[in-house]
Amino acid sequence: MAGILVHDLCKSFGAVQAVDRVRFRVAPGELFGLIGPDGAGKTTLLRMLVTLLTPDGGSATVDGLDVVRDYRALRTRLGYMPGRFSLYQDLTVEENLAFFASVFGTTVEAGYDLIAPIYRQIEPFKTRRAGALSGGMKQKLALSCALIHRPRVLMLDEPTTGVDAVSRREFWDVLARLKAGGLTIVVSTPYMDEARRCDRVALMQGGRLLGVDTPAALEAAYDRPLLAVRAAARYDVLQALRQFPHARSVYAFGEALHYTDARPSVDPAEIRAYLAGRGYPDATVEPIRAGIEDVFMARMAAPPPPPTASPT
Amino acid sequence: MRTVFYLLQKEFVQIFRNRAMLPILFAMPVIQLLVLSYAATFEVRDTPMSVIDQDRSLTSRQLVDRLVASGYFTLVDQPATPEQADAALRRGEVKLIVHVPPRFERDLLETGAAPVRLVLDALDGATAGVVQAYATQVLARVSRDVQARTATAAARPAPRIEVRPAFWYNPDLNYETYMVPGILVVLVTMIATFLSAMNVVREKEIGTIEQLNVTPIRKGPFLIGKLLPFWLIALVELGVGLAIARWYFHVPMLGNLALVFGLAGLYLLAMLGLGLWISTMADTQQQAMFIAWFVLVIFILMSGLFTPIESMPAWAQRLTLLNPMAHFITIMRRVLLKGAGLDAVRVQTAALLLFGTVLLTLAVRQYRKVTA
Repeated sequence: MAGILVHDLCKSFGAVQAVDRVRFRVAPGELFGLIGPDGAGKTTLLRMLVTLLTPDGGSATVDGLDVVRDYRALRTRLGYMPGRFSLYQDLTVEENLAFFASVFGTTVEAGYDLIAPIYRQIEPFKTRRAGALSGGMKQKLALSCALIHRPRVLMLDEPTTGVDAVSRREFWDVLARLKAGGLTIVVSTPYMDEARRCDRVALMQGGRLLGVDTPAALEAAYDRPLLAVRAAARYDVLQALRQFPHARSVYAFGEALHYTDARPSVDPAEIRAYLAGRGYPDATVEPIRAGIEDVFMARMAAPPPPPTASPT
Repeated sequence: MRTVFYLLQKEFVQIFRNRAMLPILFAMPVIQLLVLSYAATFEVRDTPMSVIDQDRSLTSRQLVDRLVASGYFTLVDQPATPEQADAALRRGEVKLIVHVPPRFERDLLETGAAPVRLVLDALDGATAGVVQAYATQVLARVSRDVQARTATAAARPAPRIEVRPAFWYNPDLNYETYMVPGILVVLVTMIATFLSAMNVVREKEIGTIEQLNVTPIRKGPFLIGKLLPFWLIALVELGVGLAIARWYFHVPMLGNLALVFGLAGLYLLAMLGLGLWISTMADTQQQAMFIAWFVLVIFILMSGLFTPIESMPAWAQRLTLLNPMAHFITIMRRVLLKGAGLDAVRVQTAALLLFGTVLLTLAVRQYRKVTA
């Protein structure tokens, strides 16, 4: 069984349980997302999977190789892009690429066709030092360096953090292309909206997984009525809604407030009437479908589910 | 092996691309060698002196002339009273008072002995000691001359022991000859230790170590790639330094230069191991810098470069056995200035071999590609 198999993986730093009995499975050729806020344990989990950190408990295999026992063999099959830009800023673009190719025992030419779609965009600047590149170009160089030895599995730690919206979309297009080429990809991100670009996602919080499924299945499993509330005085309305006796949760999502009710069903008109009574007659209330972020919020608030075997 | 080559290539590109680093690597050691070799001398010249001559005889005038003619003293004042002289000493205007009492010449001729009082500003003990030694030498010479004059009058000269020192290996007591090899050791050591101490931790700081650690690079080639450039740079600097010593300072080079470089290579392995060890333990370049600096200051001060190891207390002398720099300075002085062979420095060589092995082993064991 190739792909990635994670079984009850644990890691603690002192009293902090950074990763707590995490188990999931990634099929070969899948684009798998680790979604969670900062401090959820995504980086620690990834660092264990790329053999940089020894787990305290549990086991994991990547492409059929154990991350502890077979770490040396595994390193030749892995591509890893750390969250922080980790190339040599004082070397040029092509020097960085050639260096990483050579330490993997290969050449730029041998891996060129794989990286070509990404690398061609920065090739005009190949004599420029990596430190002088823009954020988006640095990211493309880092990805090129992580791919130059034709890995079978690619792991990316928050590749889109601090990148503008256009570059983010471009980057996910690149990942989709790589996936189409048969690469198994694990990518972590704090951006819930990026979950939709993944085949399946794991929601992570406080070192534990809150659920693993396709984005659509996760959203479909959201069983509570969800209302979007829009009003001019957003913050005041948020306060007012939280004081509503049946309110279960109220969060600000972009320009709207997402409201869930503690009862099985709710009539938007009731909420509209309540808000009008509190002095906000302009408030609009309409039912909406839940997004990944709603799912995340709901599961975060709920008591942690018992660890369950992941699907497949 | 190919991996080592690529690592070396990368390190050299980075070193020679760093515009701030190049002058530090190559110009500063040369400047330091030139400046320190002149500055770090124990010679004391032109000591300001005041003379109270209450005898005013031929002999007393001769004595003062001799002191001035020696070049070590400058006559700045001839006060009438000892009180005036003391005040000048307190103000720091003079460092030495020579007090010739009345009846000096008569006592000397009649009894063969007469006191002269020397008062020294001993705030700087080392300098005062040197000044006193110089003054005593001059006074002894004057006294010999006087004895010689009286001896012609007498039937036969009084029997006395004359000491004629012969200074081997450095006949002119040239300070540069003695200091330059030692200073050269300090400079080469600083380059090797600081560069290696800063290197791995720098990759930690900028995060590149993460990217390197997930590659299949083995620990051995990685560390060789890290250390070999600095080893070569330090040896090149030693060569430049020796050339300056030979043709600029005219330091005699009696020993086998191949032996010097061979032992230097061994010594540098020990110091690179130390730097690497520091680098693998530290989290930031700042930490590494402070630790390296702390260790080097102790090494330098206890190396026998400025203060002879023989004059240290017994416990400190035993401590210097643990100082690779002390051993290498001994080797440099013995081989360069005395023309000693490997046999004469075998104890020091064995010590360097031991330090090199221990420090490199510690460093290699400390460096981990996987964090526990």
